[in-house]
Amino acid sequence: MFVCWCGLNIGGVVDVPRVVEEISGCPGVARAVDYRYMCSDPGQQLIRDIIREERLDSVVIAACSPGMHESTFQSVAESAGVNPYRCEIANIREQCSWPHQNEPLEATRKAVELIRAAVEKVRGDEALSALSIPVTRRALVIGAGIAGMQAALDIADAGHEVVLVDRLPHIGGHMAQLSETFPTLDCSQCILTPKTSEVGRHPGIRLLTSSEVESVSGYVGNFTVKIRRRATYVNWDLCTGCGLCTEKCPSRTPSAFERGLAEEPAISIAFPQAVPHKPVIRPEACRHFTKGKCGVCEKVCPVGAIDFGQQDSLIEEKVGAIVVATGYDLHPKAKVGEYGYGVYPDVIDGLEFERLNSASGPTQGQIRRPSDGKVPKEVVFIQCVGSRDQENGYPYCSKICCMYTAKHARLYKHKVPDGQPYVFYMDIRAGGKGYEEFVQHATEEEGVLYLRGRVARVFQDGEHVVVFGVDTLSGKKVEIRADMVVLATAIVPASGAKELARVLKTATDEYGFFSEAHPKLRPVESLTRGIYIAGCAQAPKDIPDTVTQAGSSAAKVLTLFSAPRLSHSPTVAAVDEEICTGCGICVEACAYEARALDTRRHVAVVNDVLCEGCGACAVACPNGATRQRNMARSQAMAMIDAVMG
Amino acid sequence: MRLARDVVRGEEERKLRDISGEEVRSCYQCGKCSAGCAMTSMMDLLPHQVIRLVQLGQVEEALASRTIWLCASCLACSARCPRGVSLPNVMESLRVTMLRPGGRHIDPARLPADVLENAPEQALVAGLRKYS
Amino acid sequence: MSLRQGSMRYPYFPGCTLKAKARGFETSAVASAGALGVHLDEMENWQCCGATFPLQADNSFPLVSPARTLASARKMGERLVTLCSACYNVLKRTNHVLRTDVGRRDKVNAFIEEDYAGDLEVMHFLEVLRDDVGFDALARSVKTSLGGLAVAPYYGCLLLRPNDELGFDDPEAPHILEDFLSALGCQVVDHPYKIECCGSYVALEPGDLASGPSRMVVESARSRGAQAIVTSCPLCQYNLDVAQQGAHGREQAGVPVIYFTQLLAIALGLPEDVLGFEGHVISPGPLLRCVGVVGSDAIA
Ligand SMILES: Cc1cc2nc3c(=O)[nH]c(=O)nc-3n(C[C@H](O)[C@H](O)[C@H](O)COP(=O)(O)OP(=O)(O)OC[C@H]3O[C@@H](n4cnc5c(N)ncnc54)[C@H](O)[C@@H]3O)c2cc1C
Ligand code: SF4
Ligand code: SF4
Ligand code: SF4
Ligand code: SF4
Ligand code: SF4
Repeated sequence: MFVCWCGLNIGGVVDVPRVVEEISGCPGVARAVDYRYMCSDPGQQLIRDIIREERLDSVVIAACSPGMHESTFQSVAESAGVNPYRCEIANIREQCSWPHQNEPLEATRKAVELIRAAVEKVRGDEALSALSIPVTRRALVIGAGIAGMQAALDIADAGHEVVLVDRLPHIGGHMAQLSETFPTLDCSQCILTPKTSEVGRHPGIRLLTSSEVESVSGYVGNFTVKIRRRATYVNWDLCTGCGLCTEKCPSRTPSAFERGLAEEPAISIAFPQAVPHKPVIRPEACRHFTKGKCGVCEKVCPVGAIDFGQQDSLIEEKVGAIVVATGYDLHPKAKVGEYGYGVYPDVIDGLEFERLNSASGPTQGQIRRPSDGKVPKEVVFIQCVGSRDQENGYPYCSKICCMYTAKHARLYKHKVPDGQPYVFYMDIRAGGKGYEEFVQHATEEEGVLYLRGRVARVFQDGEHVVVFGVDTLSGKKVEIRADMVVLATAIVPASGAKELARVLKTATDEYGFFSEAHPKLRPVESLTRGIYIAGCAQAPKDIPDTVTQAGSSAAKVLTLFSAPRLSHSPTVAAVDEEICTGCGICVEACAYEARALDTRRHVAVVNDVLCEGCGACAVACPNGATRQRNMARSQAMAMIDAVMG
Repeated sequence: MRLARDVVRGEEERKLRDISGEEVRSCYQCGKCSAGCAMTSMMDLLPHQVIRLVQLGQVEEALASRTIWLCASCLACSARCPRGVSLPNVMESLRVTMLRPGGRHIDPARLPADVLENAPEQALVAGLRKYS
Repeated sequence: MSLRQGSMRYPYFPGCTLKAKARGFETSAVASAGALGVHLDEMENWQCCGATFPLQADNSFPLVSPARTLASARKMGERLVTLCSACYNVLKRTNHVLRTDVGRRDKVNAFIEEDYAGDLEVMHFLEVLRDDVGFDALARSVKTSLGGLAVAPYYGCLLLRPNDELGFDDPEAPHILEDFLSALGCQVVDHPYKIECCGSYVALEPGDLASGPSRMVVESARSRGAQAIVTSCPLCQYNLDVAQQGAHGREQAGVPVIYFTQLLAIALGLPEDVLGFEGHVISPGPLLRCVGVVGSDAIA
């Protein structure tokens, strides 16, 4: 029995010597000792020495949360000859000294109880050995934005196959829509296309566009994934990407890639550099589907690739690890009524501005406002739209909009030197290498006028969009008769993120950003083993951070793949087949699909590797046939008795 | 306050820039100048607020401020400004804008006798150059 | 460093104020310099420096008068010594413009019909004491002990700012005056307001507006035990002095504000007639008699 002070974390509240004294007398306790930092090298050595001296067969460590140091102490015990599953942790920090800082006497009493309970538990512990499971060395990457592409390339370059899935017909994600990128203002397509074409031709990457993950079963190292490939109505194996069909198609529909600022044919390739460079038909716009006649594309296609009868197909893939890189969307238009967003054509969002500024965009890169194509001379940019707004949007900061707004204002000045950009802001958050300098350049060299305050209202008045704002620095209300307004709307998770998390059996935060296992120390691991996160799927971030995180998630996947076999904790559920009646109640109770009925023998069986040891089945079983290894009913009762005194 | 291109970068503001040689848009309104100015207790606008008005093209309002006459050109502000703004030059440009058309802030003939008698020559020369 | 007796001669610029209201500053300085072997050679055709450096970028005319002085000083030698902080500031900054800004140099030279390129070194007398005489040598020349006197240095603005042009001392933590006072054997009273502005020419504004900042300076020194304040600027001297009008005689004694050269002359044991204390609001006489460093009743 070892009690850790954890410096003052425990020792500052709990009377450790007193605890040691009380525990020494407990039945079965050979010896109780304390030490200032049990996790330190000398602390670990102390444990080993005493195990050997006293020839212990089990140990209890009273210290911090098992999440922190259980594995440390288990391996210390093992190295001294004690089975690691006969090493129990009594958490007297998170569950005792921290919450009871102001009641030292009570905390000391509670520590004694927690330790007594752990002692009771360890008395019933069996000597177990870890389960060993094989690994499939292939990875699935969901989302082919810059995050997904980078992760896929890193894994594939290391020699492992990657299945890369994106629900759009092309890869590149939002970066493909950007014109120039901060902080260096290099053209987004120019730095993106080397990546997209590398992904497109990489022999280790199986690219599945227009596809979505439908179901996932299995566990770390051994996932089985079903992917739905949506019909594109074009046989891509035959299609050469010549574009004749798109030229001749008589039907027009707003382009999603151009964010509605331009139209495209019903059969089209979203943008010139698209990878794969193959068209898809949008049935809702195609006359063949809506009116039952046309078929022009079919007639002009020189290789007979048009296939109106094409159906969705389901593909099954076996992979050992999954990277989620589903990126972001922007806060929906309808939700900012006070700015007339979605009502006035000249109130646009950041991605629309990117398209206006893009050489391949609807205006060939000239800044012309959507309503009448005039060059706007007074342009108002509004930051934090929907962000940092608990009441009408989201409480969080979207992190990248300060920077892209500064970029937009600068790009606007480059194209319209006699125009005046105004930026309404709350704070300027420019914490990155070269970022503050980038913003200062906007004000100092390019004359962007920053006004500190939120805008209350935007409305149309004749030709102008009038902005009611404030400058809290001068204490003045501001009115600007603008020609165009650009909103830096909040970054939100990609649509369907929460549903995807359910399919993957992992967690998101309340907004739908995928949760990391630890915000500081495990930022790219999800809460489910074998599933990793990268890019804006986890939280808003810019391209440099996205690429960094993608590389880091790939490194995690490669670490997983480098082990010959994986181990899994043996403290899982077990069925006493003599008692089990095969009622199946436990199968329902298991959230991890770790249970099934053996219909032939009529008993419940446990898939050890899927079992998370949560104990739901053991509680649900009406016959007491299910037992949790090292948490038997008898152990639980003994622990309760120890606490109740 | 209505803002527009010709207000923010108007004629008045351009003239100030010619006189002062300063680009006030460098100022990011941190307030350090005001924090160290010895004269603020008598001022109606803090020095950084004067700069803000000029940034916004509100030159008339800056000209009407008492602050421009109370600035002692001590350079404590510009010595410490993180953006290298020579605030005293801007103050001077505002004063000069008032004085060049023949305006006078202080009429030497009306200075009190004890000041005329006791103040060092240096004060009289400097003051008259700043105020008339 | 040893004192090179009689070996030092400098062209010297007095400025208007030292010929009128601040006569004692000059007489004490010239006499002390002489006692230390430094000959301050007054320029013949000096003109008023303008008292304040012009802050207008579009107008070089106010530089003409100081430029004329600089050009003629250059003919006398490579250095020009000043006493008054304002003269030092204006002349050194003007010199800097003429040295670095070719456009403005050409304009000004056209006016003064000279071809002056700013290659003079404008110095303050304190720098001469530190670098040429040496504070160690100065300490050895002290005749009258000032050990009983607690003195606060006051730099104000004009000696220190802008530092990139003047380079006089550390602009936020200067110490030349402290070193000087230590050499004289005084107790040095450090205080935070030694580099704050006294209000300068705002003294001319109706309503006594400069006295606020000046009172802060005096209070900062007085509350830390200073019995006197030394300065090298006649306007600072005036502002700090006038700000105490009416204050002495009440529970707080006034703190006399004197030129550093006056203290220097006393330390060097020079005759009292070079001190020139007339015209002070807070007369230094009683204090100096009290600590026994001057004797004559003639000192007002
Ligand atoms: C207006 C604007 C300007 C910007 N400018 C800059 C800049 O100048 N510099 C900079 O560094 N950053 C900039 N950014 C940020 C940049 O866009 C992001 O950092 C980057 O695109 C994030 O990449 P990602 O791969 O994480 O996400 P995304 O680019 O969003 O990619 C996600 C991909 O996943 C796919 N996907 C989503 N859900 C699913 C699903 N369920 N199944 C399959 N596929 C799915 C999507 O189709 C998409 O292809 C800007 C952002 C905005 C809004
Ligand atoms: S015409 Fe046929 S080959 Fe050409 S792009 Fe269209 S589908 Fe492909
Ligand atoms: S069938 Fe007609 S409308 Fe449909 S994609 Fe082909 S050409 Fe366009
Ligand atoms: S990054 Fe800037 S604009 Fe975006 S939400 Fe945060 S503070 Fe607002
Ligand atoms: S210190 Fe400089 S940057 Fe800061 S407010 Fe004053 S002038 Fe502006
Ligand atoms: S120069 Fe003027 S504004 Fe600046 S600190 Fe001195 S008095 Fe204040």
